[in-house]
Amino acid sequence: MSEQSDRGPLPIPLPPVGEGEVVSPAGDAKKIRIATCSLAGCFGCHMSLLDIDERLFGLIKLVEFDRTPLTDIKHCGPCDVGIVEGGVCNAENVHVLKEFRNTCKVLVAIGACAINGGVPAMRNNIDLWECFQEVYQYEGGLDGGQVPNDPELPLPFDKVHPIYEVVRVDYFLPGCPPSGDAIWKFLTDLLNGREPKLDYEMLHFD
Amino acid sequence: MQQFEFSDISRMLTPIFARHDVDASRLLQVLLEVQDACHFIPSEAIDQIAAHFDVPRVNVEGVAGFYSFLSTRPVGEYRILFSDNITDQMLGKDELMLYLCNKLWVEPGKVSEDGLVSVASTSCTGLCDQGPAALVNGWPLTNLDRNRLDLIAELIRSRKPVADWPPMLFEVADNIRRSDVLLGQPFEPGAAMRATLARGAKETLAEVDKSNLRGRGGAGFKTASKWSFCHAAIVEEEGSMICDVGGHPERYIVCNADEGEPGTFKDRVLLNSYADLVFEGMTVGARVVGASKGFLYLRGEYRYLLKQLESVLQKRREAGLLGDAILGRADFSFDIEIHLGAGAYICGEESALIESLEGRRGRPRNRPPFPVTHGYKGRPTVVDNVETFACVAKIAERGGAWFAAMGTAQSTGTKLLSISGDCATPGIYEYPFGVTVRQILADCGAREPYAVQVSGPSGTLISWKEFDRRIAFEDLPTAGAFMVFQRKRDMFQTARNFVHFFAHESCGFCTPCRVGTELQKKIMDKIASGHGTASDLEEMKSLGHILKTMSHCGLGSSAANPVLDTLEKFPDVYVRKLKALAFEPAFDLDGALETARKMTGRDDDWAHL
Amino acid sequence: MSKTITIDGLTVPFREGQTIMDAALSAGVYIPHLCHNPEFKPHGSCKLCTVNVNGRNVASCTLPAVEGQQVLSDIAELNAERLALTQMLFVEGNHLCPACEKSGNCQLQAVAYYLGMMSPHYNHFYPQREADASHPDVMLDRNRCIYCELCVRASREVDGKNVFGLSGRGIKTILAVNSASGLLGDTDLAVTDKAVQVCPTGAILVKRRGFTVPIGQRVFDHLTIKDLQTGGGHE
Ligand SMILES: Cc1cc2nc3c(=O)[nH]c(=O)nc-3n(C[C@H](O)[C@H](O)[C@H](O)COP(=O)(O)O)c2cc1C
Ligand code: SF4
Ligand code: SF4
Ligand code: SF4
Ligand code: FES
Repeated sequence: MSEQSDRGPLPIPLPPVGEGEVVSPAGDAKKIRIATCSLAGCFGCHMSLLDIDERLFGLIKLVEFDRTPLTDIKHCGPCDVGIVEGGVCNAENVHVLKEFRNTCKVLVAIGACAINGGVPAMRNNIDLWECFQEVYQYEGGLDGGQVPNDPELPLPFDKVHPIYEVVRVDYFLPGCPPSGDAIWKFLTDLLNGREPKLDYEMLHFD
Repeated sequence: MQQFEFSDISRMLTPIFARHDVDASRLLQVLLEVQDACHFIPSEAIDQIAAHFDVPRVNVEGVAGFYSFLSTRPVGEYRILFSDNITDQMLGKDELMLYLCNKLWVEPGKVSEDGLVSVASTSCTGLCDQGPAALVNGWPLTNLDRNRLDLIAELIRSRKPVADWPPMLFEVADNIRRSDVLLGQPFEPGAAMRATLARGAKETLAEVDKSNLRGRGGAGFKTASKWSFCHAAIVEEEGSMICDVGGHPERYIVCNADEGEPGTFKDRVLLNSYADLVFEGMTVGARVVGASKGFLYLRGEYRYLLKQLESVLQKRREAGLLGDAILGRADFSFDIEIHLGAGAYICGEESALIESLEGRRGRPRNRPPFPVTHGYKGRPTVVDNVETFACVAKIAERGGAWFAAMGTAQSTGTKLLSISGDCATPGIYEYPFGVTVRQILADCGAREPYAVQVSGPSGTLISWKEFDRRIAFEDLPTAGAFMVFQRKRDMFQTARNFVHFFAHESCGFCTPCRVGTELQKKIMDKIASGHGTASDLEEMKSLGHILKTMSHCGLGSSAANPVLDTLEKFPDVYVRKLKALAFEPAFDLDGALETARKMTGRDDDWAHL
Repeated sequence: MSKTITIDGLTVPFREGQTIMDAALSAGVYIPHLCHNPEFKPHGSCKLCTVNVNGRNVASCTLPAVEGQQVLSDIAELNAERLALTQMLFVEGNHLCPACEKSGNCQLQAVAYYLGMMSPHYNHFYPQREADASHPDVMLDRNRCIYCELCVRASREVDGKNVFGLSGRGIKTILAVNSASGLLGDTDLAVTDKAVQVCPTGAILVKRRGFTVPIGQRVFDHLTIKDLQTGGGHE
């Protein structure tokens, strides 16, 4: 799963359990804290995360969620695992991503967009300047129009990039989106201290 | 952009076609002439050339797109290409190039608005002993400084034809500083041929064998073995002993004068002042393998030598040393044709060279089969370096034992070194093999030598700790380049220059080299911009391994040498430039917002990273 | 007695004139490859098929088999390098699989799956490359070209047309087509040409056939490229 062979043991030691099941940690062991976010993505990977269906209940016994689109927490506290959907397309994405990298012990890139830019990266062969002029200035009925410049709006990058070109990433989970099964397999491996490994049919780029 | 009518193009092409056979092997030569005439290769010309040679248009386009000196978009009427070797850079090339650009109101790499001039960089032009150097419309300019550039700018602005520029701008000196048996002893044209014919072809091969001559182009393959393989191929094919059977048209002798390895310029001097020796060596080879046709593949940068080389060939024909019935032998005819390269280092690789001779993109072939059995037009072909042929002529004249007595047991004879960089007297030095680096450095007046790049970027970088090593195949093999660096030089910049060279010259055929050299370049640039980290160094080591072990040809497999050598011998030059952090973004985050800032006019805190 | 080589210790027979790749494929031994297609003359550009023969790395698709060669192929070091080459192919182009009609049937993608590629690892080049929709029946998207020259070979050797060729050099290599306009629509390419069928990636696609096979039923959804190319996978 990881492409850096020189990594040490996984930082989340949990008692080993059988394939595909999650056993509550012995005694009063602390729950694993997970944060997730969507940068330049479509929330599809998050939807797929929900696709692990009733297994979610088992998961909830083991983990607790920090900042995610589900919890509405605005900033990450210290977390064990950060899961990032989407590539980096603007300045705000960088701030969020860096916050994740700084607060999460393990950072996971989930989905095609986080891994190679994905569909949003299709804009990479369109010149940003020309594109914005076309949209905001030359389009019919926009006489005197202007590119929005409100400081609240994050400035877009020239190109969309995968997150590993901006911060160090520990694990990759490809797919557009990865299936619920793939996510489940990945998480259970990770939470059980195994090097995550997808079966052939779970590994796909689309 | 100039517009050309179909009829204009035909009118321009007619005399060019008339100068060449209707054989696709002349394609590159024709394109070079079109480039000269139009300052680019117009699309209409591609159509007509394709029709003329009866080859697909896309093939002509492929050739036009491959070579640096050809372009499918207009370059300036005056096209100035600054030699970009590290030695040129050390002599102030970057600053001088900008100086000229400013004078001419043109951006580097662009064409001026009126189409008059373009200024750009090109790979080493082989004038490192008299740099900074440049080419103007293919003609070499040497010893450039501000005064000369003032003059050049003036000449361009007044649209003076290059042919009428003051000759002193184009002076190229031989700079022979030390000579031995090749450069120092007189040679009478025909002497080696007479000895060969008197002795017999087979016996001459035996002398070359006895001399233990090894190829001077870098790989050091034993010349006599290569020739006998070629021989064996012919024997196998024809079932006959070849040495004594002249007149078989279909086998070839090729002299490799591509001399593209940065820092190498000894073949330039051999061709300028010892052409007879080289051509005679080729003729000896022709007699030995029974070839009747030879080629000199002359790098485009040395086009200025073309005329005089043609006239040496003509003199040799008149003297009965080339052409039909050489020296009166009815069974021995041999002639030599000169082919020009067009700016592609890869065409020094022998099988790419043959592709280029055949008028194609210079991409190395799959081996086996090797050129000695399947070379030019699929026929047995011997490709040897210029200096190798010069040695052959001497051996044919004076015998193998005489030659073998010089140098070391495994590296016989002498070696020409092209010395440049931080020394008092750059130029050509001929030494018997076995000479120490220390001795050479003393002889050329090296100033506080710190490192030497032996045999160019694809060779070996040695540090001051290794100056007792010897120039020899068994220690420091070399094709001739010897670039000296003093202590104040930044060896990182040296490696970075070489990495750029390889990325620019990769032919693009195989994945590891096409992508790997570009990745190396990007990482070196990242480190240079102050954003490198320790993990970037690890990445370069792993790229180096892939390049070395997976590449299709010698270009890719040596493309990591400069990085790996500097990492091993001068690790500090990297460490000094690295960020303490473990990770740095792959690109300049703030820079990637620049377009957006311009387009919104924003400059607030949130508009920066 | 027939001649043999060994591949990863397995004895494999070969006929005179066969390459190591030929011998391997006939014996059902998979060596990853992209630019090789048994129907065409070997090319040797992708280098994925690199194996170690008696201590030296060579491209198995071009190296003739010779009696007694000891070939190492399925070893960790070579597979790691093959993965790296595959990743290089991904970053030098623009491979946005979710938006590609070839996805699921693409050999580049399938090799990546086979080698366990979880990310492209290298930084992306995001090159500017032209897509060409000028032909009525065929789409050419250079963003996905890996320069295997299979279309070049097929057009020349089978179709007798020379529709495709390479131009440029190094990382600036481009796939050119045989027309003055540079457009595929102005060449004599026909949708029935072999050249249209051989592209291992989604660079050459037949129009109006996109996404016809549902996910789950595409070539590589269940079968690995090893299974497919060695005729295995059904044991
Ligand atoms: C990338 C590359 C560039 C080369 N350039 C030259 C060259 O400029 N001149 C040369 O003589 N040999 C060059 N060679 C070596 C030739 O392939 C070949 O080995 C040589 O011409 C044989 O001649 P020799 O046996 O006389 O040395 C080059 C090799 C490679 C891989
Ligand atoms: S190693 Fe480089 S130069 Fe040689 S064939 Fe491969 S791409 Fe071309
Ligand atoms: S060609 Fe293959 S690898 Fe490239 S985008 Fe299409 S499916 Fe993905
Ligand atoms: S278009 Fe397809 S077949 Fe042709 S070279 Fe590119 S990848 Fe190969
Ligand atoms: S399959 Fe052998 S090099 Fe591509």
